[in-house]
Amino acid sequence: MNWPILALAITAAQVLLGLAMGCAVYRVFRGPRAQDRVLGLDALYLSGMLLLLTYGIQTGRTLFFEAALVIALLGFAGTVALAKFLMRGEVIE
Amino acid sequence: MSDARLLILVLALPFLGSILAAFLPTRARNAASFMAGLIGLIASALLLSFYSTLATGQTVRHVAPWLPSLGLDFTLRLSGFTWLFALLVLGIGTLVVLYARYYMSEEDPVPRFFSFLLAFMGSMLGVVLSGNLIQIVFFWEMTSLFSFLLIGYWHHNQSARDGARIALIVTCLGGVCLLVGMLLLGHIAGSYDLDVVLGRGDIVRAHALYLPMLILILIGAFTKSAQFPFQFWLPHAMSAPTPVSAYLHSATMVKAGIFLLILLWPVLAGTQIWYLIVVTIGLATLLVGAWSAIFQHDLKGLLAYSTISHLGLITLLLGLGSPLGLVAAIFHTVNHATFKASLFMAAGIIDHETGTRDLRKLSGLMKFMPITATLAMVAAAAMAGVPLLNGFLSKEMFLAEALESQSGTLLDWALPILATLASMFSVLYSIRFIHQTFFGPPPVDLPHTPHEAPHWMRLPIEILVLACLVVGIIPTLTIGPLLQIAVRSVLGDRTPDYSLAIWHGFNMPLLMSVIALVGGVLLYRRFGGRLNAMTNSPFIGRLKGRRTFETVLAALIDGASALHRMVSTKRLQVQLRILIVVTLAAGSIGFLTYGYSVGNGPTIMLDPIFAVLWILGGASAIGAAVQAKFHRLAALAMVGVAGLSTCISFIWLSAPDLGLTQLLVESITLVLMLLGLRWLPQRLPEFWPGGRTPFNVRLRRGGDILIAVAAGLGAAAIAYAMMTRPEPEGISRFFLEQAYHGGGGTNVVNVILVDFRSFDTLGEITVLAIVALTVFSLLRRFRPAAESVELPVQQKVQNAFDAGREDREHGDTAAHYLLVPRVIMEWMFPIILTCALYFLIRGHDLPGGGFAGGVTASIAILLLYMASGTRSVEARLNIQPVRWISVGLMFAVLTGMAAWLAGYPLLSTYFSYLELPLIGDMPVASALLFDIGVFSVVVGTTALILIALAHQSIRTPRAPKPEKAPDKIPDMEGDT
Repeated sequence: MNWPILALAITAAQVLLGLAMGCAVYRVFRGPRAQDRVLGLDALYLSGMLLLLTYGIQTGRTLFFEAALVIALLGFAGTVALAKFLMRGEVIE
Repeated sequence: MSDARLLILVLALPFLGSILAAFLPTRARNAASFMAGLIGLIASALLLSFYSTLATGQTVRHVAPWLPSLGLDFTLRLSGFTWLFALLVLGIGTLVVLYARYYMSEEDPVPRFFSFLLAFMGSMLGVVLSGNLIQIVFFWEMTSLFSFLLIGYWHHNQSARDGARIALIVTCLGGVCLLVGMLLLGHIAGSYDLDVVLGRGDIVRAHALYLPMLILILIGAFTKSAQFPFQFWLPHAMSAPTPVSAYLHSATMVKAGIFLLILLWPVLAGTQIWYLIVVTIGLATLLVGAWSAIFQHDLKGLLAYSTISHLGLITLLLGLGSPLGLVAAIFHTVNHATFKASLFMAAGIIDHETGTRDLRKLSGLMKFMPITATLAMVAAAAMAGVPLLNGFLSKEMFLAEALESQSGTLLDWALPILATLASMFSVLYSIRFIHQTFFGPPPVDLPHTPHEAPHWMRLPIEILVLACLVVGIIPTLTIGPLLQIAVRSVLGDRTPDYSLAIWHGFNMPLLMSVIALVGGVLLYRRFGGRLNAMTNSPFIGRLKGRRTFETVLAALIDGASALHRMVSTKRLQVQLRILIVVTLAAGSIGFLTYGYSVGNGPTIMLDPIFAVLWILGGASAIGAAVQAKFHRLAALAMVGVAGLSTCISFIWLSAPDLGLTQLLVESITLVLMLLGLRWLPQRLPEFWPGGRTPFNVRLRRGGDILIAVAAGLGAAAIAYAMMTRPEPEGISRFFLEQAYHGGGGTNVVNVILVDFRSFDTLGEITVLAIVALTVFSLLRRFRPAAESVELPVQQKVQNAFDAGREDREHGDTAAHYLLVPRVIMEWMFPIILTCALYFLIRGHDLPGGGFAGGVTASIAILLLYMASGTRSVEARLNIQPVRWISVGLMFAVLTGMAAWLAGYPLLSTYFSYLELPLIGDMPVASALLFDIGVFSVVVGTTALILIALAHQSIRTPRAPKPEKAPDKIPDMEGDT
């Protein structure tokens, strides 16, 4: 069994994802353009979803996967809305 | 007793009729009046059937428990006295209906009139038949309300509106006092049940709270019965249609105060203070009313003041506190109702046939309408107290009682003199009424040529005048038994011996009567001619009740606005600052008094990744606050970050349901806010003169930061102190234990929502539906700021690009850019919907449920709108959000009510499991049906708000109107 390796890998993944989230939030804060902020938010959602997956693997609870599924399925709605807003000036024409 | 059931029918009939009449076509004059009359007759007949029971001295009661723990039951009570009064209400009501059929013009929306009239009849019956103090007040307020609607029936008429408003304010003021008084009375007597209260008169009168209670109840009764100094509303109420005046302002509503005083007489009367207040007020009203009536030129005005004076007379009789006085009061109440209602009707006929009610214009009508004139003369003679008419009998009793008064005060010798004087005035104005109208030279300059009224219109007067005569000539055979039942039911063993005979021999009351009659005639001969020239009643004409009322009202309103200006502000910042500072101060008191300590509960290691997550979330929240003013989009993105970190925390900290729902709500909130952002005008940073922020502004901001930091740290400290202590035993254990056995679900959150607390959920989805409809209707009238009306810059640029190239059509740029996302989003639609259904169905056992499912489904709709645009979606997919909402609410309510069929309380759930091929065990709880309702409401609500917002973009903007002042309220015309 390679438990230590898996545990190590998960921890490493979590640390890296945490860093990634930090970077994404930095983009949200700094900009400089609004498009950068939107991309930052999208990257954050992605990292968040992956983080939940790693926790799911770590604890073995399926609930984390469901939450990740919801983010994967619907998390892009916000990004789309923001992008549409930037491109056309309004979300629904 | 099956009798009691009939009583409910008597009370319910007028209300049912009122609802029916409201639905009749506007011009259905005959149908409405026929129905109203029929209802009056049936109810009267039902009421008459109680006579044999009541004649034996019994009281009929019907009690339906409502809130027994608070002593509030729906109680109907019929005693001899209330029976007599209810008969009066129904009998005169029926006659008034017949009269109104001919009085009301064809142009008036008559069904509305009869609807109000029947509702008033029902409310009045409610007052009379109630056996519970609070219930009396309830119906009492209803009579005020319907009186308001009836006085203001001709609402195009300014004086009708004013009169209605004054009457409403005065009587409702009394209603509030009455409510407090009744609460006190119930408190003193230990029960709100009328029969119990009636049995505890001694306790009540000896209680320390007797005086305040008495004053409050008296204010209620006096405002209603137009007693001095509240009498001024009644003359203004004369702008009502005459049938209303005849019914409400002579026979019934103004008698409600009298009724209450008689009803509570055994409990309240008999003390010195009762005597002083009630006799004084009654006497003042009697004199003021009679004196003012002499100088009125309006027929109805004269009758109104005469009504005030007669009401004062009855109040005075009640104030005397002797059983004989009470007999006279009841007797006179009935007599006054008969002759005054007929006089009002006669005045209405004169008004109807001549076009004026001005006594100075009227003259010599005897030749034109001899029958009406004769009827009016008999009724007026009854009012004046001429022998052989019913008014004479009760006036004799009154004069006899005035002589008997023994209170040991100045009033004892003043009463007989003043009573005679008032009777003299009464004779005087009665003669003036008759002589001025029917005698003298033929009238000139009348709006219509006078002629006799139709026979059916006169019939009610004929019946009432016949009653006056019959009662006046053979009282013992007609009114005698009824009066006996009524008096016995109020007084019981204290019922005195009284005689209704016409002739009592030569005695003082007869002498006083003769003096009054002769004096009245002489006064009219001496001064009658001059009355027409008077514009105001001497002495008391300067007491402008209405002006005082308006002044007080204006002062009240001014005071309220001043107070509002002083303590309130429209600025959110200031309000929040006050709110938070007060909270902070309140918290600090506890902190400074008891100190702060951390509990010794178990602590867990901090997960470093989560520490990072929370720092990021917290920083984003602060960043959003900083950016919110000028960079809204950046702030929105930061709010998104904070939201995500919250959701992940929820999921991590074992609240999957919450986390899941919050995630969904995050997405949809972001889109809704962006939709709104489109219409918010751009905000420009402020420039201070000299480029430096002034000191006071910096000071204020610095202070606000300090407050915010202190409040935030305080809340964190409290949370930490709480969470380090062991959890107290709450109700969560019960829910955890019962969720599966009691509710049939393993997802406790959902079971709480749709089972344990389903009533709350029902309320919440109802509120949700109301909010959605409100948002929808508000947005229909939405006018964007001038600078937001134009197309956004991006669209202008892209449209210009499309227009500039020959191979491109309008909108191509957007369509090309969006091609790939659009296909993806449209294909996602069924997948997301499946997911939504999955959440809905499994919600009872695993995270999900109607709310989460509903939000998911509305995200699917939202994506569709974003991808294809409003017009394209609505050409293909017909979403009817209002229907979703109504179906959802119906579903939830019907599911809840289905429990009644099985004999369980509302919203009890039933559950079992169903084996389905491929899907497996499927929980079939009735809670699922309820959840489907929730789902439907949520979908409908979100879609409604979303569509309302999205439709703003495709509305054609109105042509700008530059000449219009910008601060004006937008006109309320609808647009396309």
